[in-house]
Amino acid sequence: MLEIKDLHVSYGAIKAVKGISFEVREGEIVTLIGANGAGKSTTLRTISGLEATAGGTITFMGQNINNMPPHKIVELGISHVPEGRRVFTNLSVIDNLKLGANLRKDKEAVKKDMKKVFELFPILEKRQNQLAGTLSGGEQQMLAVGRALMTKGKLMLLDEPSMGLAPMIVENIFEIIKEINNEGTTILLIEQNAYMALSIADRAYVLETGNIVLEGSASDLAENDEIKKAYLGA
Amino acid sequence: METFLQLLIYGLQLGSIYALIALGYTMVYGIIGLINFAHGDFLMVGAFVALFAVTLFGLGFVPALLISMIITGLLGVSIERIAYKPLRKRPRLSALITAIGVSIVLENFPRALPFIGPAPRPFPQMIPMVKFNVLGVSTNSVQLIMIALSVLLMVMLQIIVTKTQIGRKMRAVSLDKDAASLMGINVNSVISVTFFIGASLAAAGGIFYASTYPMIDVYMGIVLGLKAFIAAVLGGIGNIPGAMVGGIIMGIAEIFATSINSDLGYGIGFVILIFILLVRPAGIMGKFTIEKV
Ligand SMILES: Nc1ncnc2c1ncn2[C@@H]1O[C@H](COP(=O)(O)OP(=O)(O)O)[C@@H](O)[C@H]1O
Ligand SMILES: [Mg+2]
Repeated sequence: MLEIKDLHVSYGAIKAVKGISFEVREGEIVTLIGANGAGKSTTLRTISGLEATAGGTITFMGQNINNMPPHKIVELGISHVPEGRRVFTNLSVIDNLKLGANLRKDKEAVKKDMKKVFELFPILEKRQNQLAGTLSGGEQQMLAVGRALMTKGKLMLLDEPSMGLAPMIVENIFEIIKEINNEGTTILLIEQNAYMALSIADRAYVLETGNIVLEGSASDLAENDEIKKAYLGA
Repeated sequence: METFLQLLIYGLQLGSIYALIALGYTMVYGIIGLINFAHGDFLMVGAFVALFAVTLFGLGFVPALLISMIITGLLGVSIERIAYKPLRKRPRLSALITAIGVSIVLENFPRALPFIGPAPRPFPQMIPMVKFNVLGVSTNSVQLIMIALSVLLMVMLQIIVTKTQIGRKMRAVSLDKDAASLMGINVNSVISVTFFIGASLAAAGGIFYASTYPMIDVYMGIVLGLKAFIAAVLGGIGNIPGAMVGGIIMGIAEIFATSINSDLGYGIGFVILIFILLVRPAGIMGKFTIEKV
Protein backbone atom coordinates (compact mmCIF):
# COMPACT_ATOMS: atom_id res chain seq x y z
CA MET A 1 0.00 0.00 0.00
CA LEU A 2 2.83 2.35 0.98
CA GLU A 3 6.28 1.79 -0.40
CA ILE A 4 9.31 3.89 0.54
CA LYS A 5 12.45 3.42 -1.52
CA ASP A 6 15.83 4.90 -0.64
CA LEU A 7 14.27 8.00 0.95
CA HIS A 8 16.56 10.89 1.82
CA VAL A 9 15.46 14.01 3.70
CA SER A 10 17.60 16.94 4.82
CA TYR A 11 17.09 20.09 6.83
CA GLY A 12 19.66 22.34 5.23
CA ALA A 13 22.99 20.65 5.96
CA ILE A 14 21.47 18.22 8.46
CA LYS A 15 20.75 14.83 6.91
CA ALA A 16 17.83 13.55 8.96
CA VAL A 17 16.91 10.50 6.84
CA LYS A 18 19.65 8.76 4.91
CA GLY A 19 18.23 6.38 2.37
CA ILE A 20 15.63 4.26 4.11
CA SER A 21 13.36 1.72 2.44
CA PHE A 22 10.32 0.06 3.91
CA GLU A 23 6.78 -0.87 3.09
CA VAL A 24 3.37 -1.06 4.70
CA ARG A 25 0.92 -3.60 3.30
CA GLU A 26 -2.81 -3.22 3.33
CA GLY A 27 -4.40 -4.11 6.66
CA GLU A 28 -1.16 -4.16 8.64
CA ILE A 29 0.01 -2.33 11.70
CA VAL A 30 3.64 -1.47 11.05
CA THR A 31 5.76 0.31 13.58
CA LEU A 32 8.88 2.36 13.17
CA ILE A 33 10.77 2.50 16.43
CA GLY A 34 13.89 4.37 17.34
CA ALA A 35 15.42 6.78 19.81
CA ASN A 36 14.78 10.49 19.92
CA GLY A 37 16.23 12.19 16.84
CA ALA A 38 16.44 9.00 14.76
CA GLY A 39 14.37 10.55 11.98
CA LYS A 40 10.98 8.97 12.68
CA SER A 41 8.91 12.15 12.59
CA THR A 42 10.80 13.41 9.58
CA THR A 43 9.88 10.22 7.74
CA LEU A 44 6.19 10.65 8.50
CA ARG A 45 6.22 14.35 7.70
CA THR A 46 7.81 13.60 4.36
CA ILE A 47 5.22 10.94 3.52
CA SER A 48 2.53 13.54 4.23
CA GLY A 49 4.22 16.15 2.08
CA LEU A 50 5.21 18.49 4.90
CA GLU A 51 8.92 18.06 4.13
CA ALA A 52 10.51 17.80 0.70
CA THR A 53 12.38 14.67 -0.32
CA ALA A 54 16.07 14.96 -1.16
CA GLY A 55 16.02 11.64 -2.97
CA GLY A 56 14.15 8.36 -3.30
CA THR A 57 10.48 7.64 -3.95
CA ILE A 58 7.29 7.37 -1.94
CA THR A 59 4.58 5.31 -3.57
CA PHE A 60 1.06 5.12 -2.19
CA MET A 61 -1.39 2.69 -3.79
CA GLY A 62 0.69 2.58 -6.92
CA GLN A 63 1.00 6.35 -7.25
CA ASN A 64 4.17 8.35 -6.75
CA ILE A 65 3.40 11.00 -4.14
CA ASN A 66 6.84 12.61 -3.84
CA ASN A 67 6.54 16.31 -3.11
CA MET A 68 2.81 16.44 -3.64
CA PRO A 69 1.14 19.18 -1.58
CA PRO A 70 -0.06 17.83 1.79
CA HIS A 71 -3.76 18.45 1.18
CA LYS A 72 -3.61 16.33 -1.99
CA ILE A 73 -2.00 13.50 -0.08
CA VAL A 74 -4.80 13.62 2.48
CA GLU A 75 -7.24 13.46 -0.39
CA LEU A 76 -5.54 10.31 -1.70
CA GLY A 77 -6.19 8.65 1.65
CA ILE A 78 -3.34 9.21 4.08
CA SER A 79 -4.31 10.63 7.46
CA HIS A 80 -1.68 11.77 9.92
CA VAL A 81 -1.83 12.26 13.68
CA PRO A 82 1.13 14.55 14.20
CA GLU A 83 3.67 14.52 16.98
CA GLY A 84 2.52 16.63 19.92
CA ARG A 85 -1.17 16.33 18.88
CA ARG A 86 -1.40 19.79 17.32
CA VAL A 87 -5.15 20.09 17.83
CA PHE A 88 -6.67 23.47 17.00
CA THR A 89 -6.78 24.84 20.52
CA ASN A 90 -8.72 27.94 19.43
CA LEU A 91 -11.59 25.85 18.04
CA SER A 92 -14.19 23.74 19.77
CA VAL A 93 -13.87 19.96 19.82
CA ILE A 94 -16.70 19.60 17.33
CA ASP A 95 -15.14 22.17 14.99
CA ASN A 96 -11.85 20.27 15.11
CA LEU A 97 -13.70 17.14 14.04
CA LYS A 98 -15.62 18.98 11.32
CA LEU A 99 -12.35 20.26 9.90
CA GLY A 100 -11.13 16.69 9.70
CA ALA A 101 -14.04 16.02 7.36
CA ASN A 102 -13.65 19.21 5.34
CA LEU A 103 -12.84 17.41 2.08
CA ARG A 104 -15.77 15.06 2.28
CA LYS A 105 -19.00 15.79 0.49
CA ASP A 106 -21.20 12.98 1.80
CA LYS A 107 -22.85 14.61 4.81
CA GLU A 108 -24.59 11.42 5.93
CA ALA A 109 -21.36 9.40 6.04
CA VAL A 110 -19.64 12.24 7.88
CA LYS A 111 -22.38 12.21 10.51
CA LYS A 112 -22.01 8.46 10.90
CA ASP A 113 -18.27 8.74 11.32
CA MET A 114 -18.69 11.51 13.86
CA LYS A 115 -20.91 9.16 15.84
CA LYS A 116 -18.28 6.46 15.55
CA VAL A 117 -15.61 8.81 16.87
CA PHE A 118 -17.85 9.64 19.81
CA GLU A 119 -18.33 5.90 20.43
CA LEU A 120 -14.57 5.38 20.46
CA PHE A 121 -13.99 8.44 22.63
CA PRO A 122 -17.13 9.16 24.70
CA ILE A 123 -15.33 11.96 26.50
CA LEU A 124 -15.12 13.95 23.27
CA GLU A 125 -18.88 13.89 22.92
CA LYS A 126 -19.24 15.33 26.41
CA ARG A 127 -16.68 18.00 25.65
CA GLN A 128 -17.82 18.74 22.10
CA ASN A 129 -18.56 22.42 22.64
CA GLN A 130 -15.47 23.10 24.71
CA LEU A 131 -12.40 24.71 23.19
CA ALA A 132 -9.84 22.03 22.35
CA GLY A 133 -7.23 24.02 24.26
CA THR A 134 -9.06 23.32 27.50
CA LEU A 135 -8.80 19.51 27.12
CA SER A 136 -6.29 17.43 29.07
CA GLY A 137 -3.31 15.92 27.24
CA GLY A 138 -4.98 12.54 26.89
CA GLU A 139 -8.20 14.08 25.62
CA GLN A 140 -6.27 16.15 23.10
CA GLN A 141 -4.58 12.99 21.84
CA MET A 142 -8.00 11.38 21.46
CA LEU A 143 -9.18 14.43 19.56
CA ALA A 144 -6.11 14.30 17.33
CA VAL A 145 -6.90 10.66 16.51
CA GLY A 146 -10.61 11.42 16.10
CA ARG A 147 -9.87 14.31 13.78
CA ALA A 148 -7.62 12.12 11.65
CA LEU A 149 -10.35 9.46 11.54
CA MET A 150 -12.73 12.07 10.16
CA THR A 151 -10.49 12.49 7.11
CA LYS A 152 -11.32 8.83 6.37
CA GLY A 153 -7.87 7.85 5.23
CA LYS A 154 -7.04 4.31 4.15
CA LEU A 155 -3.66 4.61 5.86
CA MET A 156 -3.21 6.34 9.20
CA LEU A 157 0.18 7.64 10.30
CA LEU A 158 0.52 8.01 14.07
CA ASP A 159 3.45 9.93 15.53
CA GLU A 160 4.12 8.97 19.15
CA PRO A 161 0.53 8.85 20.38
CA SER A 162 1.78 7.79 23.83
CA MET A 163 3.96 10.83 24.37
CA GLY A 164 3.46 12.49 27.72
CA LEU A 165 0.42 10.41 28.69
CA ALA A 166 -0.28 8.38 31.81
CA PRO A 167 0.14 4.59 31.32
CA MET A 168 -3.58 3.89 31.68
CA ILE A 169 -4.44 6.36 28.97
CA VAL A 170 -1.69 4.98 26.75
CA GLU A 171 -3.21 1.50 27.03
CA ASN A 172 -6.60 2.92 26.15
CA ILE A 173 -5.22 4.71 23.08
CA PHE A 174 -3.42 1.58 21.90
CA GLU A 175 -6.61 -0.45 22.31
CA ILE A 176 -8.33 2.03 20.06
CA ILE A 177 -5.55 1.94 17.49
CA LYS A 178 -6.06 -1.81 17.30
CA GLU A 179 -9.77 -1.30 16.92
CA ILE A 180 -9.28 1.23 14.13
CA ASN A 181 -7.04 -1.27 12.40
CA ASN A 182 -9.58 -4.06 12.83
CA GLU A 183 -12.15 -1.93 11.09
CA GLY A 184 -9.96 -1.73 8.02
CA THR A 185 -7.53 1.16 8.38
CA THR A 186 -3.88 0.35 7.78
CA ILE A 187 -1.57 1.82 10.41
CA LEU A 188 1.98 3.12 10.40
CA LEU A 189 2.88 3.81 14.01
CA ILE A 190 5.91 5.60 15.30
CA GLU A 191 6.95 5.12 18.89
CA GLN A 192 9.72 5.56 21.37
CA ASN A 193 7.66 3.33 23.61
CA ALA A 194 8.86 0.24 21.75
CA TYR A 195 7.24 -2.19 24.14
CA MET A 196 3.73 -0.91 23.51
CA ALA A 197 4.32 -0.54 19.79
CA LEU A 198 5.66 -4.07 19.33
CA SER A 199 2.77 -5.48 21.33
CA ILE A 200 0.19 -4.38 18.78
CA ALA A 201 2.20 -4.30 15.53
CA ASP A 202 2.50 -6.97 12.85
CA ARG A 203 5.89 -5.87 11.63
CA ALA A 204 8.52 -3.40 12.79
CA TYR A 205 11.51 -1.44 11.56
CA VAL A 206 14.20 0.01 13.78
CA LEU A 207 15.54 3.40 12.84
CA GLU A 208 18.88 4.72 14.08
CA THR A 209 20.23 8.13 13.06
CA GLY A 210 18.51 8.14 9.71
CA ASN A 211 19.08 4.49 8.78
CA ILE A 212 17.01 1.35 9.18
CA VAL A 213 19.16 -1.08 11.15
CA LEU A 214 16.74 -3.91 11.80
CA GLU A 215 13.43 -5.18 10.52
CA GLY A 216 11.19 -8.14 11.07
CA SER A 217 7.95 -9.34 12.54
CA ALA A 218 7.02 -7.52 15.71
CA SER A 219 7.12 -10.71 17.77
CA ASP A 220 10.63 -11.56 16.53
CA LEU A 221 11.91 -8.10 17.28
CA ALA A 222 10.36 -8.17 20.74
CA GLU A 223 12.56 -11.23 21.41
CA ASN A 224 15.68 -9.72 19.83
CA ASP A 225 18.46 -9.17 22.38
CA GLU A 226 19.71 -5.93 20.88
CA ILE A 227 16.24 -4.50 20.85
CA LYS A 228 15.64 -5.64 24.39
CA LYS A 229 18.78 -3.88 25.50
CA ALA A 230 18.34 -0.70 23.54
CA TYR A 231 14.61 -0.11 23.61
CA LEU A 232 12.86 -2.39 26.04
CA GLY A 233 14.99 -1.58 29.06
CA ALA A 234 16.00 -5.20 29.66
CA MET B 1 -25.01 67.14 25.29
CA GLU B 2 -26.03 67.83 21.73
CA THR B 3 -22.47 68.61 20.74
CA PHE B 4 -21.43 65.40 22.42
CA LEU B 5 -23.92 63.35 20.40
CA GLN B 6 -23.01 65.24 17.28
CA LEU B 7 -19.34 64.44 17.71
CA LEU B 8 -20.18 60.86 18.62
CA ILE B 9 -21.91 60.35 15.27
CA TYR B 10 -18.96 61.74 13.37
CA GLY B 11 -16.66 59.60 15.48
CA LEU B 12 -18.70 56.49 14.79
CA GLN B 13 -18.60 57.15 11.09
CA LEU B 14 -14.86 57.68 10.96
CA GLY B 15 -14.34 54.84 13.41
CA SER B 16 -16.28 52.37 11.32
CA ILE B 17 -14.04 53.24 8.37
CA TYR B 18 -10.93 52.68 10.47
CA ALA B 19 -12.43 49.42 11.66
CA LEU B 20 -13.01 48.14 8.11
CA ILE B 21 -9.41 48.88 7.22
CA ALA B 22 -8.00 47.61 10.52
CA LEU B 23 -9.70 44.26 9.86
CA GLY B 24 -7.43 43.60 6.88
CA TYR B 25 -4.28 44.32 8.86
CA THR B 26 -5.40 42.05 11.64
CA MET B 27 -6.61 39.19 9.43
CA VAL B 28 -3.43 39.12 7.36
CA TYR B 29 -1.31 39.31 10.50
CA GLY B 30 -3.37 36.53 12.04
CA ILE B 31 -2.95 34.22 9.09
CA ILE B 32 0.65 34.75 7.96
CA GLY B 33 2.16 36.89 10.70
CA LEU B 34 2.85 39.76 8.30
CA ILE B 35 2.18 43.44 8.89
CA ASN B 36 1.08 44.24 5.36
CA PHE B 37 2.36 47.77 4.93
CA ALA B 38 0.72 47.90 1.52
CA HIS B 39 -2.72 47.38 3.05
CA GLY B 40 -3.48 51.11 3.32
CA ASP B 41 -3.00 51.42 -0.41
CA PHE B 42 -5.83 48.99 -1.07
CA LEU B 43 -8.28 51.59 0.16
CA MET B 44 -6.88 54.07 -2.35
CA VAL B 45 -7.16 51.51 -5.14
CA GLY B 46 -10.72 50.82 -4.02
CA ALA B 47 -11.61 54.50 -4.15
CA PHE B 48 -10.13 54.92 -7.63
CA VAL B 49 -11.82 51.83 -9.01
CA ALA B 50 -15.13 53.16 -7.71
CA LEU B 51 -14.37 56.58 -9.20
CA PHE B 52 -13.84 55.09 -12.65
CA ALA B 53 -16.79 52.75 -12.29
CA VAL B 54 -18.98 55.79 -11.72
CA THR B 55 -17.43 58.34 -14.07
CA LEU B 56 -16.53 56.06 -17.00
CA PHE B 57 -19.21 53.41 -16.78
CA GLY B 58 -21.95 55.36 -15.09
CA LEU B 59 -22.53 52.74 -12.43
CA GLY B 60 -24.52 53.48 -9.30
CA PHE B 61 -23.25 53.29 -5.75
CA VAL B 62 -23.94 49.64 -4.98
CA PRO B 63 -22.55 48.14 -8.21
CA ALA B 64 -19.53 50.45 -8.00
CA LEU B 65 -18.93 49.37 -4.41
CA LEU B 66 -19.21 45.68 -5.27
CA ILE B 67 -17.01 45.90 -8.35
CA SER B 68 -14.40 47.87 -6.47
CA MET B 69 -14.41 45.37 -3.61
CA ILE B 70 -13.97 42.47 -6.05
CA ILE B 71 -11.20 44.10 -8.09
CA THR B 72 -9.32 45.29 -5.02
CA GLY B 73 -9.78 41.88 -3.41
CA LEU B 74 -8.28 40.20 -6.47
CA LEU B 75 -5.41 42.68 -6.40
CA GLY B 76 -4.78 41.69 -2.78
CA VAL B 77 -4.76 38.02 -3.75
CA SER B 78 -2.32 38.61 -6.63
CA ILE B 79 0.03 40.64 -4.48
CA GLU B 80 0.14 37.90 -1.89
CA ARG B 81 0.83 35.26 -4.56
CA ILE B 82 3.50 37.27 -6.36
CA ALA B 83 5.23 39.18 -3.59
CA TYR B 84 4.66 37.48 -0.24
CA LYS B 85 4.15 33.78 -0.90
CA PRO B 86 7.69 33.13 -2.16
CA LEU B 87 9.00 34.61 1.10
CA ARG B 88 6.77 32.68 3.45
CA LYS B 89 9.55 30.46 4.75
CA ARG B 90 12.13 33.24 4.85
CA PRO B 91 12.86 35.51 7.80
CA ARG B 92 9.92 37.79 8.54
CA LEU B 93 11.89 40.92 7.83
CA SER B 94 12.10 39.99 4.13
CA ALA B 95 8.34 40.03 3.71
CA LEU B 96 8.04 43.20 5.78
CA ILE B 97 10.48 45.04 3.53
CA THR B 98 8.75 43.61 0.48
CA ALA B 99 5.46 44.99 1.79
CA ILE B 100 6.99 48.46 1.94
CA GLY B 101 8.16 47.99 -1.65
CA VAL B 102 4.69 46.89 -2.75
CA SER B 103 3.26 49.97 -1.09
CA ILE B 104 5.63 52.25 -3.00
CA VAL B 105 4.66 50.57 -6.26
CA LEU B 106 0.93 50.78 -5.53
CA GLU B 107 1.22 54.51 -4.88
CA ASN B 108 3.59 55.49 -7.62
CA PHE B 109 2.46 53.32 -10.50
CA PRO B 110 -0.97 55.01 -10.67
CA ARG B 111 0.72 58.33 -10.02
CA ALA B 112 2.66 57.81 -13.25
CA LEU B 113 -0.45 56.95 -15.25
CA PRO B 114 -1.71 59.90 -17.27
CA PHE B 115 -5.36 59.33 -16.39
CA ILE B 116 -4.67 59.23 -12.65
CA GLY B 117 -1.57 61.28 -11.86
CA PRO B 118 -0.51 62.99 -8.66
CA ALA B 119 -3.23 65.61 -8.33
CA PRO B 120 -6.21 65.05 -6.02
CA ARG B 121 -9.48 64.19 -7.74
CA PRO B 122 -12.96 65.04 -6.60
CA PHE B 123 -14.93 61.95 -5.68
CA PRO B 124 -18.49 61.88 -7.01
CA GLN B 125 -21.44 62.10 -4.70
CA MET B 126 -23.10 58.75 -5.24
CA ILE B 127 -25.78 58.79 -2.61
CA PRO B 128 -28.36 61.59 -2.53
CA MET B 129 -27.56 63.81 0.42
CA VAL B 130 -30.59 64.32 2.65
CA LYS B 131 -29.99 66.22 5.84
CA PHE B 132 -32.10 65.78 8.91
CA ASN B 133 -32.23 66.59 12.55
CA VAL B 134 -32.72 64.09 15.32
CA LEU B 135 -32.95 65.43 18.89
CA GLY B 136 -31.05 68.54 17.87
CA VAL B 137 -28.28 66.49 16.29
CA SER B 138 -27.85 67.07 12.60
CA THR B 139 -26.97 64.10 10.46
CA ASN B 140 -27.49 63.03 6.88
CA SER B 141 -28.31 60.12 4.67
CA VAL B 142 -24.70 59.54 3.56
CA GLN B 143 -23.43 59.36 7.10
CA LEU B 144 -26.11 56.96 8.27
CA ILE B 145 -25.85 54.73 5.22
CA MET B 146 -22.06 54.52 5.60
CA ILE B 147 -22.33 53.54 9.24
CA ALA B 148 -25.03 51.00 8.47
CA LEU B 149 -23.05 49.45 5.61
CA SER B 150 -19.91 49.24 7.72
CA VAL B 151 -21.80 47.48 10.48
CA LEU B 152 -23.37 45.15 7.92
CA LEU B 153 -19.96 44.22 6.47
CA MET B 154 -18.53 43.62 9.93
CA VAL B 155 -21.45 41.44 10.97
CA MET B 156 -21.06 39.44 7.76
CA LEU B 157 -17.37 38.98 8.42
CA GLN B 158 -18.01 37.88 11.97
CA ILE B 159 -20.53 35.30 10.75
CA ILE B 160 -18.13 34.03 8.09
CA VAL B 161 -15.28 33.66 10.57
CA THR B 162 -17.21 32.06 13.40
CA LYS B 163 -19.95 30.05 11.70
CA THR B 164 -18.77 28.78 8.32
CA GLN B 165 -16.36 26.12 7.14
CA ILE B 166 -14.09 28.68 5.46
CA GLY B 167 -14.03 30.58 8.76
CA ARG B 168 -13.03 27.43 10.63
CA LYS B 169 -10.34 26.84 8.04
CA MET B 170 -9.04 30.38 8.46
CA ARG B 171 -8.81 29.99 12.22
CA ALA B 172 -7.11 26.61 11.85
CA VAL B 173 -4.58 27.92 9.33
CA SER B 174 -3.81 30.93 11.48
CA LEU B 175 -3.05 28.65 14.42
CA ASP B 176 -1.11 25.84 12.76
CA LYS B 177 -0.53 25.57 9.01
CA ASP B 178 0.97 22.09 9.08
CA ALA B 179 -1.83 20.64 11.17
CA ALA B 180 -4.35 22.40 8.91
CA SER B 181 -2.84 20.91 5.77
CA LEU B 182 -3.00 17.46 7.40
CA MET B 183 -6.77 17.95 7.51
CA GLY B 184 -6.71 18.30 3.74
CA ILE B 185 -7.02 22.07 3.91
CA ASN B 186 -5.41 23.89 1.01
CA VAL B 187 -3.49 26.43 3.06
CA ASN B 188 -2.62 28.59 0.06
CA SER B 189 -6.21 29.07 -0.97
CA VAL B 190 -7.25 29.89 2.60
CA ILE B 191 -4.53 32.56 2.69
CA SER B 192 -5.82 33.88 -0.65
CA VAL B 193 -9.37 34.09 0.67
CA THR B 194 -8.08 36.01 3.68
CA PHE B 195 -6.26 38.52 1.48
CA PHE B 196 -9.34 38.86 -0.69
CA ILE B 197 -11.57 39.66 2.27
CA GLY B 198 -9.02 42.03 3.83
CA ALA B 199 -8.40 43.98 0.63
CA SER B 200 -12.07 44.18 -0.29
CA LEU B 201 -12.99 45.52 3.15
CA ALA B 202 -10.25 48.12 2.72
CA ALA B 203 -11.78 49.07 -0.64
CA ALA B 204 -15.14 49.54 1.05
CA GLY B 205 -13.44 51.64 3.74
CA GLY B 206 -11.77 53.76 1.05
CA ILE B 207 -15.04 54.37 -0.74
CA PHE B 208 -16.85 55.23 2.49
CA TYR B 209 -14.05 57.62 3.39
CA ALA B 210 -14.11 59.25 -0.03
CA SER B 211 -17.89 59.59 0.16
CA THR B 212 -17.43 61.67 3.30
CA TYR B 213 -14.24 63.56 2.46
CA PRO B 214 -14.64 63.68 -1.32
CA MET B 215 -11.09 64.28 -2.53
CA ILE B 216 -8.93 61.30 -3.39
CA ASP B 217 -5.30 60.94 -4.45
CA VAL B 218 -2.77 58.16 -4.74
CA TYR B 219 -1.31 58.83 -1.31
CA MET B 220 -4.58 58.84 0.61
CA GLY B 221 -3.89 55.35 1.93
CA ILE B 222 -0.75 56.29 3.83
CA VAL B 223 -2.15 58.24 6.76
CA LEU B 224 -5.49 56.47 6.77
CA GLY B 225 -3.73 53.12 6.65
CA LEU B 226 -1.42 54.13 9.46
CA LYS B 227 -4.32 55.12 11.68
CA ALA B 228 -6.17 51.92 10.91
CA PHE B 229 -3.01 50.01 11.73
CA ILE B 230 -2.89 51.75 15.10
CA ALA B 231 -6.53 50.77 15.55
CA ALA B 232 -5.61 47.14 14.87
CA VAL B 233 -2.78 47.30 17.41
CA LEU B 234 -5.08 49.01 19.88
CA GLY B 235 -7.63 46.20 19.56
CA GLY B 236 -4.95 43.51 19.64
CA ILE B 237 -3.38 42.66 16.30
CA GLY B 238 -4.62 39.33 15.02
CA ASN B 239 -7.92 39.71 16.85
CA ILE B 240 -10.95 40.40 14.65
CA PRO B 241 -13.41 41.86 17.19
CA GLY B 242 -10.40 43.78 18.54
CA ALA B 243 -9.91 45.51 15.19
CA MET B 244 -13.56 46.58 15.16
CA VAL B 245 -13.42 47.94 18.69
CA GLY B 246 -10.01 49.55 18.10
CA GLY B 247 -11.27 51.27 14.95
CA ILE B 248 -14.34 52.70 16.63
CA ILE B 249 -12.31 53.97 19.59
CA MET B 250 -9.75 55.56 17.26
CA GLY B 251 -12.43 57.32 15.22
CA ILE B 252 -14.25 58.67 18.24
CA ALA B 253 -11.03 59.78 19.94
CA GLU B 254 -9.88 61.53 16.80
CA ILE B 255 -13.11 63.44 16.29
CA PHE B 256 -13.27 64.55 19.93
CA ALA B 257 -9.62 65.57 19.91
CA THR B 258 -10.11 67.47 16.66
CA SER B 259 -12.97 69.40 18.21
CA ILE B 260 -10.51 70.67 20.78
CA ASN B 261 -7.65 71.31 18.40
CA SER B 262 -7.07 70.03 14.88
CA ASP B 263 -3.40 69.24 15.42
CA LEU B 264 -4.35 67.26 18.47
CA GLY B 265 -6.83 65.36 16.32
CA TYR B 266 -4.11 64.45 13.88
CA GLY B 267 -1.74 63.30 16.60
CA ILE B 268 -4.17 61.55 18.94
CA GLY B 269 -3.69 58.22 17.19
CA PHE B 270 0.00 58.24 17.97
CA VAL B 271 -0.67 59.20 21.57
CA ILE B 272 -3.01 56.21 21.78
CA LEU B 273 -0.38 53.99 20.17
CA ILE B 274 2.32 54.98 22.65
CA PHE B 275 -0.09 54.61 25.53
CA ILE B 276 -1.26 51.16 24.52
CA LEU B 277 2.28 49.96 23.88
CA LEU B 278 3.23 51.08 27.37
CA VAL B 279 0.31 49.74 29.37
CA ARG B 280 -1.05 46.85 27.35
CA PRO B 281 1.17 45.93 24.42
CA ALA B 282 -1.07 43.03 23.40
CA GLY B 283 -3.96 45.44 22.79
CA ILE B 284 -7.41 45.56 24.33
CA MET B 285 -8.56 42.10 23.23
CA GLY B 286 -5.23 40.47 22.43
CA LYS B 287 -3.43 37.83 24.37
CA PHE B 288 0.17 38.58 25.01
CA THR B 289 2.52 36.35 23.09
CA ILE B 290 6.15 37.00 22.45
CA GLU B 291 6.28 37.68 18.77
CA LYS B 292 9.13 38.63 16.55
CA VAL B 293 8.14 41.06 13.84
N1 LIG C 1 12.73 21.54 11.51
C1 LIG C 1 13.96 21.02 11.68
N2 LIG C 1 15.05 21.74 11.37
C2 LIG C 1 16.29 21.23 11.52
N3 LIG C 1 16.53 19.99 11.97
C3 LIG C 1 15.50 19.22 12.29
C4 LIG C 1 14.16 19.69 12.17
N4 LIG C 1 13.32 18.71 12.57
C5 LIG C 1 14.11 17.68 12.93
N5 LIG C 1 15.42 17.98 12.77
C6 LIG C 1 16.57 17.08 13.03
O1 LIG C 1 16.39 15.93 12.24
C7 LIG C 1 16.73 14.77 12.99
C8 LIG C 1 15.55 13.83 13.05
O2 LIG C 1 14.50 14.42 13.79
P1 LIG C 1 13.09 13.75 13.95
O3 LIG C 1 12.64 13.24 12.65
O4 LIG C 1 12.22 14.71 14.65
O5 LIG C 1 13.43 12.53 14.91
P2 LIG C 1 12.46 11.62 15.80
O6 LIG C 1 11.06 11.88 15.42
O7 LIG C 1 12.91 10.24 15.50
O8 LIG C 1 12.73 11.97 17.22
C9 LIG C 1 17.21 15.26 14.36
O9 LIG C 1 18.61 15.34 14.33
C10 LIG C 1 16.58 16.62 14.47
O10 LIG C 1 17.39 17.45 15.26
MG1 LIG D 1 9.59 12.62 16.58
